[in-house]
Amino acid sequence: MAISWRNYQVNNLYDELMAGSGRIRPQARSLCRYFQRLSESALQQRRSAAELAIQGMGITFTVYSEKAGGAIDRAWPFDVIPRIIKASEWQRTVEGLKQRVQALNLFIDDLYHDQKIIRDRVVPADLLADSVNFRPQCVGITPPHRVWAHICGSDLVRDRDGTLYVLEDNLRVPSGVSYMLENRLVMKRIFPELFRSNAILPIDDYPSQLYDMLQAMAPAGCDQPEIVVLTPGIYNSAYFEHTYLAQQMGVELVQGSDLLVDSDDVVYMRTVEGRARVDVIYRRVDDLFLDPEVFNRDSMLGVPGLMRAWKKGNVALVNAPGAGVADDKVIYAYVPRIIRYYLDQEPLLPNVPTWLCHERKEREHVLAHLDQLVVKPANESGGYGMLIGPHASAKERAHFARLIRRDPRNYIAQPMLALSTAPTLIDDHVEPRHLDLRPFILSAGDSVQVTMGGLTRVAMRRGSTVVNSSQGGGSKDTWIIDDRESDHAVACC
Amino acid sequence: MLSRVAETLYWIGRYVERAESSARLVIATQQLLLDLPKGTPLNWWSMIDIFGSSESFRARYRRQDEASVIRFLIADEENSGSLINSITAARRNARTIREIIPREAWEQLNAIHLSLQQGLPQALRRQHRHACLSSVIHTAQQFSGVIEGTMLHNTGYLFWRLGRHLERADMTSRIIDVQSATLLRSERDTLQQTYQNIQWMSVLQSLSAYQSYRQQMAAPVKRALVVRFLLQDSEFPRAFRHAIAALLHDAQRLPGSEEVVATAAAIIAQLDSAEPGALDSTALHHYIDQLQLALAGLHQSINGRYFAAA
Repeated sequence: MAISWRNYQVNNLYDELMAGSGRIRPQARSLCRYFQRLSESALQQRRSAAELAIQGMGITFTVYSEKAGGAIDRAWPFDVIPRIIKASEWQRTVEGLKQRVQALNLFIDDLYHDQKIIRDRVVPADLLADSVNFRPQCVGITPPHRVWAHICGSDLVRDRDGTLYVLEDNLRVPSGVSYMLENRLVMKRIFPELFRSNAILPIDDYPSQLYDMLQAMAPAGCDQPEIVVLTPGIYNSAYFEHTYLAQQMGVELVQGSDLLVDSDDVVYMRTVEGRARVDVIYRRVDDLFLDPEVFNRDSMLGVPGLMRAWKKGNVALVNAPGAGVADDKVIYAYVPRIIRYYLDQEPLLPNVPTWLCHERKEREHVLAHLDQLVVKPANESGGYGMLIGPHASAKERAHFARLIRRDPRNYIAQPMLALSTAPTLIDDHVEPRHLDLRPFILSAGDSVQVTMGGLTRVAMRRGSTVVNSSQGGGSKDTWIIDDRESDHAVACC
Repeated sequence: MLSRVAETLYWIGRYVERAESSARLVIATQQLLLDLPKGTPLNWWSMIDIFGSSESFRARYRRQDEASVIRFLIADEENSGSLINSITAARRNARTIREIIPREAWEQLNAIHLSLQQGLPQALRRQHRHACLSSVIHTAQQFSGVIEGTMLHNTGYLFWRLGRHLERADMTSRIIDVQSATLLRSERDTLQQTYQNIQWMSVLQSLSAYQSYRQQMAAPVKRALVVRFLLQDSEFPRAFRHAIAALLHDAQRLPGSEEVVATAAAIIAQLDSAEPGALDSTALHHYIDQLQLALAGLHQSINGRYFAAA
């Protein structure tokens, strides 16, 4: 026997598949039994087949390495045991995510127009003044359907008691959706029988939903819009995803140098047939590199004049420049208030309790409890620049105390959550590993769609809670399972 | 098709073909020099001359011996025309358009790049050189086979072929030039005449052309006929004329290609009215110079129309 669920230690944490040692959650029953029946050699065979499939399909992510003298492609680390969420729970989560993104879009639109929320003193004015992602160049612009954050990747984590919290919202250029899709393809290839015996809801229509959303953003009177994906190029860590999405949607993958904006303020791409008009740009280049006429003058990744074309309404930019203002971790703390303000509803999904270092009282609390808290910079992503208090040395904590005092606006602190775990194949047995979940929310005005599940990222090192692929994280397929049948945890057979 | 993608495919075609032809050139020269009678000074230098890189060679090498020339042509990363740099450049280009080229083709480029990085020190030594250079030739052939057999035969494919054929014409003319120049320098040697036919046979063999030559020309190996065959034959794939005719044919399928087509047609017309086989060594060298200038013009015309425009 390769896998024994009896010996699996749940360790007083919430486990996604196990309700306690030896007690399988009902939605995971068929899966766990399947793995238990696999012989050691069959299990290893499937695992290497999965690795081969990943290599063969060319699923990689890029990391920058000083040692290798540049960017290197690494195979995507993948665990064959899926993570399961019940459809009934997921339905509630979807409603919460839709509510959240709807409110965030209203918030961003308000910030670039009347700023009612600031005049009504729900969000303090100085917060906006100090926001590094607020773009004064976007003030007064109204993008199609008043949507700014067309694609949002929100990170969800589950605490000890099973509650799902929103940890952060990524509104700039969230990545990972291609891995979600590829993980499912790998699972289908390697474990086809599991898909017959479980009611796993499909996820494959994301690329066509994305395409439909992009199409809906086209300038008025444009029936057959030319849609492109704009990538910073091969050295970007998400380049694989850029090529993947362009391929799946059947649109051109372009770089800044492929595009130009003429004196008519229209965007064209340079083709061998001559210039061709571009109507919608799914851009994976950060705001500040988008247009050297307006933002970073030295940017080689952008297109001079892009903002002119966008302001004139001649091209749609997805996500809109300036959407990142709501990506700020300080703004994050205000999201529940933002939801109440614009929608007059109670938030369906809770935020993680957050202390704001720019508020004197809260800062003092943070400084006094650095050994218990997680401190995050307001505008970093990828898990960089964080302090995980309980695991940090006294020296590291002192360093962060200095950073916080020097620039309080740039830091927030949250309690150390007891992140949920899921069984993960480590060598020849299963061990619990911490994980999170990144669903993707597509907004096209009236219609908002959420992926069925999302990308589950796993911290592959024992005890670690850092799930970022750049820092040793892996991933799992995420199953939303129709759970209308049984609902009692069962003892292991 | 994006101009950048078209240009990248064009250069992949050129670099892979250049790597293959460089390997062929080194093998041909080596065979040739081995066949020369004892006491004939080994003339490695002519290869450097033919690549037009004598200045950059002299700047970094003191001796013009076999070891230096071979290192410079195959393994020198500072020499932009070296074989390793052609493979590296092809791979770098392919990496930026992985969504366009077949996966197996990319994997082959990757594999040859890796194996060259490991195998080059060996290739510098004579006894392993042939095996290493042959593997470059085989990979290039497989690479082209995968592209021909699995890639969409669309505009991008045509640009890849354009690059490949232009480079092939260029390299075939250079290989003839090397042989011609080698002979030129030792013309006073009376023994030379005896060995001439053997030398031209090795040229044919290096281009995998010997069999085709015998079939096509139905004559023994003679300098005039070999030159005519390699420059003017319209059926042998590595012949100069065939490569330009293929380029012309592909260009006709591209949008707005009138000027490119006319430039290629002019080269063919010029070739058809000449008799390069009858030229002496010096005149042949000048004639090939003219052909190479015409190729440079053809490249300019493609570049100006499709890559640099808009």
